[in-house]
Amino acid sequence: MNSIILRTATNYILPLLLMFSVFILLRGHYLPGGGFVGGLIAAVAFVLHMFAHGLEKTRELLVIHPGYLLPFGLSLALLSGFAPVFFTGEPFMTGVWMENPIPVIGKVGSALFFDLGVYLVVFGVSLTIIFTISEDA
Amino acid sequence: MTLHEYLQFVILPIMALSAILIFVRFLMGPSLSDRVVALDLLITTAIGTISVFAVIFNEKDYLDVAIILALIAFLTTVAFAYYIEKQKKR
Repeated sequence: MNSIILRTATNYILPLLLMFSVFILLRGHYLPGGGFVGGLIAAVAFVLHMFAHGLEKTRELLVIHPGYLLPFGLSLALLSGFAPVFFTGEPFMTGVWMENPIPVIGKVGSALFFDLGVYLVVFGVSLTIIFTISEDA
Repeated sequence: MTLHEYLQFVILPIMALSAILIFVRFLMGPSLSDRVVALDLLITTAIGTISVFAVIFNEKDYLDVAIILALIAFLTTVAFAYYIEKQKKR
């Protein structure tokens, strides 16, 4: 699709959506949000870019194929489950939390890394599916 | 008339009525383009309704839903337009 309005709007909305997805991801533990919704919003941002600029440009923007994010995300989620076993000697998947909160982000715990893994997996899966569909169409 | 009464007895009925009218257009719609526009307008009405509910129940989390819908809603119209254009080329 060749529309200058859509292309200009996408250049502003893409960073906005990515920022919002990170906000949703970080807020996820106690409030609505989390890795799944954040990953979907980030994927939608790139789908929008795909509609405006075409599939090849989006591939160039992403640098790596989104499918390669799946093993990273899954292993990050698994390692966050093993964190209490290594650090405090508690059972698998016990929540480990920092003593002092970090400014802006808040208290960092193993749940954040699990959510980050979910974020990467959802982002990779949805973009892989949509790219495959739009390739065939 | 307080703000809450105004929202509940004036704004929400208008929203509901417009949603019904848009849905009738969505069902009748002679062409596919009419249905796509009706769907987009239905989402816009939903954004307004969610914002009114955020004020009534004093829940600021509802506004995030409205933000996401407002950012993403036009994507459906764009996608439909893309495929309608593609269909015509064949």
